[in-house]
Formats: sequence, structure tokens, C-alpha cells
Amino acid sequence: MKNDTVLSMRGISKTFPGVRALHNVDFTLCKGEIHALMGENGAGKSTLVKVLTGVYQKDSGQINIDGIDREIRIKSPQEAQDSGISTVYQEITLCPNLTVAENMFIGRGNYRFINWRSREKRAGEILTKLKIPTSATRQLGTCSLAVQQMVAVARAVDMECKVLILDEPTSSLDEHEVELLFSLMRDLKSRGVGIVFITHFLEQVYEICDRITVLRNGELIGAYDIKDLPRFDLISKMMGKELDEISELQHHKKKEVGEDAPIVYEAFGLSSVEGIKPFDFEIKKGEVNGFTGLLGSGRSESVRAIFGADRITRGKIRINEKEAKISSPKDSMKHGIGYLPEDRKGDGIIEDLSVRENIILALQVLKGFFHPFPKAEAEAFADKYIKLLGIKTASMDTPIKSLSGGNQQKAILARWLLTNPQYLILDEPTRGIDIGTKVEIQKLVLKLAEDGVSVTFISSEIGEMLTTCSKLIVMRDRKIVGELKGEEMTQTKIMHTIAGEATQDA
Amino acid sequence: MLKSLNVKKLSHSQLAIPLFALFLVIVFNAFRDISFFSIHVITNNYGNTVFSGNLISIINGASELAVLAIAMTLVTAATKGQDISVGAAAAIAGSVFVRVLRANDITMPIILLALVTACIVAIIFGLFNGALVAFFDIQPMIASLILFTAGRPIAYWINGGATPNVDSPLLSYIGSFIPGIPIPSPILIVIVFGILVTLALKFTNLGLYIQSVGINEKAARLNGINPVLMKLLAFMILGVCVSIAGAINVCRIGLINHETILIDIEMDAILAVAIGGNALSGGKFKLAGSVVGAYIIQALTITLYAMKVSSTAVKAYKAIVIIAIVVIGSPVVQQHAIQLRNRLFKKPIKLTENN
Ligand SMILES: Nc1ncnc2c1ncn2[C@@H]1O[C@H](COP(=O)(O)OP(=O)(O)OP(=O)(O)O)[C@@H](O)[C@H]1O
Ligand SMILES: [Mg+2]
Repeated sequence: MKNDTVLSMRGISKTFPGVRALHNVDFTLCKGEIHALMGENGAGKSTLVKVLTGVYQKDSGQINIDGIDREIRIKSPQEAQDSGISTVYQEITLCPNLTVAENMFIGRGNYRFINWRSREKRAGEILTKLKIPTSATRQLGTCSLAVQQMVAVARAVDMECKVLILDEPTSSLDEHEVELLFSLMRDLKSRGVGIVFITHFLEQVYEICDRITVLRNGELIGAYDIKDLPRFDLISKMMGKELDEISELQHHKKKEVGEDAPIVYEAFGLSSVEGIKPFDFEIKKGEVNGFTGLLGSGRSESVRAIFGADRITRGKIRINEKEAKISSPKDSMKHGIGYLPEDRKGDGIIEDLSVRENIILALQVLKGFFHPFPKAEAEAFADKYIKLLGIKTASMDTPIKSLSGGNQQKAILARWLLTNPQYLILDEPTRGIDIGTKVEIQKLVLKLAEDGVSVTFISSEIGEMLTTCSKLIVMRDRKIVGELKGEEMTQTKIMHTIAGEATQDA
Repeated sequence: MLKSLNVKKLSHSQLAIPLFALFLVIVFNAFRDISFFSIHVITNNYGNTVFSGNLISIINGASELAVLAIAMTLVTAATKGQDISVGAAAAIAGSVFVRVLRANDITMPIILLALVTACIVAIIFGLFNGALVAFFDIQPMIASLILFTAGRPIAYWINGGATPNVDSPLLSYIGSFIPGIPIPSPILIVIVFGILVTLALKFTNLGLYIQSVGINEKAARLNGINPVLMKLLAFMILGVCVSIAGAINVCRIGLINHETILIDIEMDAILAVAIGGNALSGGKFKLAGSVVGAYIIQALTITLYAMKVSSTAVKAYKAIVIIAIVVIGSPVVQQHAIQLRNRLFKKPIKLTENN
């Protein structure tokens, strides 16, 4: 073995009730290496990380750090941190009630007295250096998900570490922020830090990583140098079969809705407590449109206003060409609107409830307080969607919090599909979802549109929006600055509109 | 709630710890004095043939607590906090109950009227607490501190400072025995109430909604659930339970003493919730656990009395046992227990590595 190994894991196994999450997995990380850990949803990536950092105790196996021959036992994340392993977990584990600065420094070092004034100043410096658009004194919970993710990264990288683990840190970041993160990672790499990088974005892997370890169903498939494993092979290693569906999707014709298609939802001068500039919006039957813009441009806030997730302060709404009053999410749901929120953990899952209860929740609420579904019916619904979306779970009675991130996302998607909406708003529906399923979901969206469902789609991946949307609404500074259709919808044109260089737009 | 008592299933369920604790109390008594369990058939003051014995007094005496523990569980689940004013509110409800009874000749319809009035008053006070919690986001313990302090003085005022007694055979039917039925009526009331609650949970979405709100309020709202309404509802149910508990106690004792009626019961009710394996931080709940918890607390009290422990010291002993139960049930200890079990009973997975 090379002696610049900073971390080695041998024969790691971990079983949860009903699930074999890891089986005899080896993993080796060298100094100054960026190492991608790849696999489908539920392959065991996060579990491997959590076993390493002491969140879970391994059933068997051996972990060595920094060339120390002696095996080390890490019992808690704190211990992992003390032995030089910094981690950004897949689900943000910061405290939403504390400020950004407090979050960056809490639980670090053993200072008896902390001078918060100087801490805030230091935090401010880090934020500027990493170009994170927030202030040190702001309460973290009020920042956007992307900012929270960046703060979690900032917290991890600021610590002296030998190993940095990033579990899907880029899932809600835009290209721009991803670039910032990458330059940071390269910097750390040159200082000899070993970095484990988990993502479902293949282009990011090929841009920054040196080595790839592939897991499938809790088993090690292999570890490869990046040059030895072209994209296509990586995908087939992850999935265990060849993926030709991506090309297939390219032939999938995007349907243009006719000018005369009925308008399903229409808003005039809509604005919410989140301080979005009043905007007009309409979507026709069977249309797929999307909101795009930089981080903090207000695209999520806009769709939240459309659904009534944030209190609407002004504006008129017409649904199916009749005036509608939306004062709560329930009102929109009754009009056949569904909304998949961006923040899966905060707004989506009900952690302790079972997968079944989580899937039927929205439909159950629509059916009413006094009409619970009989258990058999609820089970049939859950079963159908677990199969349809391939949700990996030990059983439908498993609490949703013990599913892998991507599978939780699928369950929430199932929840809204089950309500059979006429208009579905999807804010980052493929966040944390593996490449195979991502294509499935894009196909599903196009299929829904064919069946007459209107869909509003938000994604930080422009490519994904280009394949699905027939109209893009571009936002900047909480204001709609442009609308692109048909031929105009190209990557460059979108980037220009976002940046504000094209002023002649509609 | 109480599904088939499959032992294997049970050992993994939330009910395992409270049932085990109850079992321990029983075993302890069996060794101490097996006659503790003897049930006699006696003739009481009213000339009824009735059952009597420690077991009966435990189950009978826990009635008020069991009813309150059910409601406390719902409040805990929905609001992530506890109402500490249930004793004081029960004093108010009991006083209203007595006031209505004393203003009329006591007949069955009048008793019903008194109960309904007490219920409405208790619901109003419940809504007061609920409004502070649901609209102003005040911690339930803090919100109910107001009524905790002011409740008994209000009860004092309802009956003009007196501690009147109400005497009627009809009331004794409720508080002790119905002629011809040898089982104390409060036990029957709890059984009926328990069935009603079980049906309510089965035929409405109360459980799903309350748990959703308690686990993730934001997500619950985005799925069309109204968290404010659910919190208010939990406090209203608590109001109903408070009035039932107050009325049972008045009928049992035959008078209302606003200073002493159901004193300190809030702490027992909260403990019953905790012993029942429910998280005091809200979310998922099991009503059956809380009910078992209520019986454990009462069994403990009666056991200690049977051992001639003075009533002041009883509290200290109770505290010790309760700490033990809560610690055993805590996730930390549970985690260790599971690991220990795995180490003892499972063959370690064989390593097949070759380096
Ligand atoms: N706490 C837990 N209890 C029970 N099962 C769990 C728990 N955590 C993970 N699992 C199971 O272990 C398997 C691996 O999950 P893991 O989170 O490691 O997947 P992942 O590779 O990170 O997937 P994703 O890309 O979706 O994040 C899944 O089948 C999951 O259901
Ligand atoms: Mg994961």
C-alpha cells in the first residue's frame, strides 16, 4: 500500500433492521486526492460516511487513519472531528435558530470563553472569502437552502482537517457556487487534504475528482482512476446495466401546447410576505414551464406564492378561468395544485412517520379529517408508488427518516403524484436523485404533460430544464426579468438573460 | 391501538418498557406479600355487594389520572410541551359541577347538565391555554403557568369560598358503585372513555394530523393541515378530559375542596406520558402507553402505602422509581441494550477479507 494513504477502511459491514446497507466494503483515500464515492440512491454512500464518522457503529471491519497501523474506533462525530475528519452531511445538521456565525463556531475547540464579537468578524471574513451571500449575524433558518449548504461547507473547511467529507454538497447549488466550492476544494487538495466527494452530477465528478469508488446495493464494485473509467462505464457500473435511456430522452419530443389551450392557473400582481416583486404568471393545460435564475433570485419564493405556501399579500388568482381565493396550502390543494418543496427535510418529510403515511398524507388531507383511508387502501396506494418510482425501503412501515436521501425525495414526489393534480409545482424534484432515476423523473414530467397536467419545474441544472420545459421564466433580484420560449431557449441565451445582458426580452 | 399481543412484536414496540415496569411492580408485590393481590367480595355502606382489594383500588384510583394522561399525550404530541394547569383546571371544572348541582335538586338530567356546563367551562380555559400556544407560540408550560397559578383561586370564587359537599345516591353511582355491579364505576367510565377515544382515532385522522404537526409543523402545513387548529383541538380535548376527571373526583369524595382536589396530578399525568414511552418533545405517540403509565404510578403509590411508607416519603420513593423507568426507557440506554443483545445472541459476521 502506498504510504501517502490518509484513510483506509477494510471490510466494512453495516446492517439495519431489514436492510443490508454495507457489505464488506473497502475504501482507500490518499493525501491530496479528491475521491468520488458513487452509487445509486440507497447504495450505501451516506452510510459509509456515517460509519466512518461514528454516527453509526459498524458491525464489522477496520478503519485506519493517517498511516497509523493501529485500528481506530470512532464513537461519535465529535471524536471524528478531533481526529481530523471534517464532514458535511447530506442533510444539513446545523441549528436553524442560531446565527450564521454561531453555527460556524459552535462545538469547536474547548474554549471556555468565546468572544462572539471577534467570532462574528472572523465568520464575516470567511463568508466574504467564499462569496456566500449572507451576513454573519443572520439567523440561519431564514437563509435559503443553498446558503445553508454553503455555511455547512464553510464550517467544515475552516477546521484543521486531514480528511474532508462532502456528502452531496452541491445538490442545491448553482453552477456559480459550485465553481466557488471547487476552487476551495482544489486549494485544500494542494495542501494535502484528502477529500471524499459524493454527488449525482457526473460532470462535476469528471471536472474535479482523481479517483472513483463505486458502490452498488451496499457492495463495493471497484475503485478506479478517473482516466480509466469513462462516463458510460461509470454509469453501467453504478446501475449494473447499461443506460441508453438518456439518448432515448433526446428523441422524446417536447410537446408545444397550442395557443388556444385553456389556461389552468393565472396570477396578476402576485406577491407574498417573502418580499417577491409583484408578478404576473400563467400556465396552460399540459404546459411545462420553469423558473430559473441565480441563487436568491426568488424562483422558489415565486412558486411558493403561486401555491400559497407563504402568505399572499396581494394579487389576483384565477384557476380554470374562475377567480379563486388562496389563503392557505389547503386551498390550492383543493383546486388540484400540488407543490413539492425544495427543502426536503424542513418542508417535505414527516420524519418519524412511516413511508406509507408520508405517501398518502396529502391525499388523506384532501379526503378529509373524518375519512381516513382504510389500511388496506392506504397500503395499496403506497405499494403502487413504491413500485412505480422504485423507492428502496425495508417496508412501507419504515419511518421515512431511515431512507436514503434520494429515496425520501421519491416518496415526497409520490405523495403529490398520488393526489392526481391538474397543476404540479416541482421545486428541485431531482435533488439528490441518481442519474438513472433522474431521467425517469424527467420522462414522468413529460408524460404528465402529455396527459394534460400542467407542470412548473425548477432545477439548478439548466440542462434538465431545457429537456422538460417549453417556456422559461428568468428571475433576478426577486423580479421576473425575462421569458424565453422555443428557439430562444439555449444555454447561452439563458445565462445572458440571468446576468442581465439581454434587455430586449419580452 | 392495542393490537394482537404478539410477544415478539411487543418486545420491539414502544409499550415494552411500561409493561415491563408494571410487571416489575407486580412481581415485587408478589414477593413482598402475595395477599396484596387478594380480591374480596364485601358488602359496602350502601348495602351493595362489591369487589374490594388493592388491585381494585389501584385501577379505580387511577381513573382520573388515566383520563388526564390520554389528553396530556395529545397535547404533548401536538405542541411539544405539557399543560401544567390540569389540576387547577379540574378544580375549576369540579367547582362548576358542584355549583350547578347545588342550585338544583339532584336528578340525572341535572347531573348531566352540571357535567356539560363543567365541560364547556373547562374547554374555554383549555382554549385560553391553547390560544397562547397556537397563536403566540408560547411554550405550553409557560402558557399554562398562568392558569396553574390562578386556577384554584378562580375555583374558590365559584363556590364563594366554601367547600360544599354534595350528597346524593345518584352521585355515588358515579363515584363508587352502581347497585348490582360489583366493579367501581370510575373503572367503567375509563373503559367507555378509552373505547370512545380508540374509535375516534380509528374513524378520524386525529392521530395522523396531530403527529404530523408535532413532528414537522412546516411540512404539515404545506400538506394542508392547519397546525393552529390541531393545537387548539388538543387543548379542547384536554378540557373535556379535565372536566370528566374533576366530576369523577367530586362524585368519589362527595365534596369539592378547591385547594386539594386532584392536587399535583399534572406532574403524575406528565410522568404517565413519559413512562408510557412517549417523547415529551412531541411527535409520535401511543395512548395505550400513557394509560399503562397512569396505572404504574398508581400501583406504585398504593404499594408504598401498603408498605406503611408515610405519605410525604411516598413522593420521594415515587421519584426514584420513576427516574429509573425513564432512564431505562431513554434512547441512550436502549441503544446500549440493543448492542448488548446483539453481542450476546448474534453470531458476529465473519470477515472474508484477504489482506
Ligand atoms: N438509520 C437507518 N435505519 C434503517 N435503514 C437505513 C438507515 N440509514 C440508511 N438506511 C438504509 O440503508 C441503505 C443505504 O442508505 P444510504 O443513505 O447510505 O444511501 P445513499 O447511497 O447515501 O443514497 P442517496 O444517494 O439516496 O443519498 C438504504 O436502503 C437505506 O434505506
Ligand atoms: Mg446519501
